[in-house]
Amino acid sequence: MRIDLPLPLDATTPKLWLNMCSWKVPAGFPSPAADHTQKRIDLNDHLIRNKEATFIFKVKGDSMVGAGIYEGDALVIDRSIEAKHNNIVLAVLNNEFTVKRLYKRGGVVKLVAENNLYPPIVVKSGEELSVWGVVTYNLHKLY
Amino acid sequence: MSSSKQPPVQQLALIDCNNFYVSCERLFRPDLRNVPVVVLSNNDGCVVSRSNEAKALGVRMGQPWFECKSLVAEHGVFALSSNYALYADLSNRVMQILSEYSPRSEVYSIDECFVDLTGTPNLRELSYAMRQRVVQWTGIPVCVGIGSTKTLAKLANHVAKKHPRSQGVFNFNALTEVQKEKLMTQLPASEVWGVGRKLTKRLAEYNIHTVQDLKIAHTPTLRADFGVVIEKTQRELQEIPCVDLQEVTPDKQQIISSRSFGNMVTELPVLKDALSTFVANACAKLRAQNSQAAIIQVFLHTNRFRKDLPQYSPSLAVPLPYPTNDSLVIFRWVDALCERMYKPEYQYKKAGIMLSEISPVTHHQGDLLEEPLPAQGTLMQTLDALNKRFGRGAVKVSTQGAYSGWQMRQERRSPNYTTDWAEVPVV
Repeated sequence: MRIDLPLPLDATTPKLWLNMCSWKVPAGFPSPAADHTQKRIDLNDHLIRNKEATFIFKVKGDSMVGAGIYEGDALVIDRSIEAKHNNIVLAVLNNEFTVKRLYKRGGVVKLVAENNLYPPIVVKSGEELSVWGVVTYNLHKLY
Repeated sequence: MSSSKQPPVQQLALIDCNNFYVSCERLFRPDLRNVPVVVLSNNDGCVVSRSNEAKALGVRMGQPWFECKSLVAEHGVFALSSNYALYADLSNRVMQILSEYSPRSEVYSIDECFVDLTGTPNLRELSYAMRQRVVQWTGIPVCVGIGSTKTLAKLANHVAKKHPRSQGVFNFNALTEVQKEKLMTQLPASEVWGVGRKLTKRLAEYNIHTVQDLKIAHTPTLRADFGVVIEKTQRELQEIPCVDLQEVTPDKQQIISSRSFGNMVTELPVLKDALSTFVANACAKLRAQNSQAAIIQVFLHTNRFRKDLPQYSPSLAVPLPYPTNDSLVIFRWVDALCERMYKPEYQYKKAGIMLSEISPVTHHQGDLLEEPLPAQGTLMQTLDALNKRFGRGAVKVSTQGAYSGWQMRQERRSPNYTTDWAEVPVV
């Protein structure tokens, strides 16, 4: 025999108001899937790892086509990630935004385009470079 | 050792965003980083936020924008209209981050938040880390002031802001009694929370000039001549908490939606159009707090600064047969009230509505035998959902937004970078 112990009432649970149902209840065979319902996939859960620090930017230009980033694409950018060597970043160089791959090796800092038409930008001393955020996803429309 | 018997001192932090509106704008405009920038109020009237560079040029808070025109010509001050959609989004992000530091917090305004950090070890390191996290995640710089009462936290925040050596964090509780007294003697009484310009003048007549003067002033005299509010302020300065943390915003008892028009309005359809927008905004607020209103008031104003024009400022209120939060019902009443008051010979500068006698929506008892009523409020729920999804004003009641000419002047508004897919920044 199993005895259910009384559970303390959670006082923080908000009131649950049940609406009067205006639909008919089918009295036939119950759905065999009813016990297996799961929450549908929500892209926000997968594309955004930190809601408070994530912003969307749209792409202009073709300097990153080699990385599959095209004009009009929407970039998911997370400010809470510390930018590492080889990350694609949204950088601010001399007060202007630019999306490039970050090269950070042996004291050399470069912003590298993924398109041979654009030479890498070597950040010289005296120039102001800051990383605004790290690009975590590219949303490219195919249809 | 003697302190071990006393209850632990409250470590109440006030986190305040620096030049909040300007900081929001700069996040998406790196070219404005070292330029004097101001943000203007509704209709581009007055300065409501200033960058440090603009402050250094002598631009005052609340200064009418036309007065600053010479500064613009001389120093190139960059002005922007206020973009409340952007500020609200960034504010929500900042507040969400801060709320994770303590189970007890109070959002005090769009750019200020009290957080109770009592019992937190390494308070100093935590404060710096909190500040660093907010600026890294959201780009908004903040200052942290800590004290044992709200009033002292606010005062500490002022010190954190003003003194570069504090590096944005100042803990009043960490001072010795001698240091506390020295600091309070240096700060003018006008820096105390709730002490405005008028009160400062009156206090000066009582020889109360500094925070320390206020702290040690004769309490019965203070209460008799200035009231209990200032007495509470004094107790708070004496480290006796009198103002509790308000963790839940109480439901509004009155909702006002009104606006000054960008241009003078004379025609009835335009006036009604403006009112329909106010109804939409006020009713959305009403529904968001799950309330209904029983009294509707409508008011119109001519421009009181134009002494050369005839003045007319009527106001009418009506009690409703049944309390409601339905935009359609409320708009029908507002429409009728407006028609009753409207006179074509005047030029209107402002209009608004006020909803009062607000009560929670009561739940209607269902009847087992009768057909259920058509679900009440479903239309409004759909309306709210659509406006939430497609942007405010996407679905409108009646003439709402069909006429223009009354809308706010926002000639220099930045894009809705974070709240509108069509306006996200391009890089």
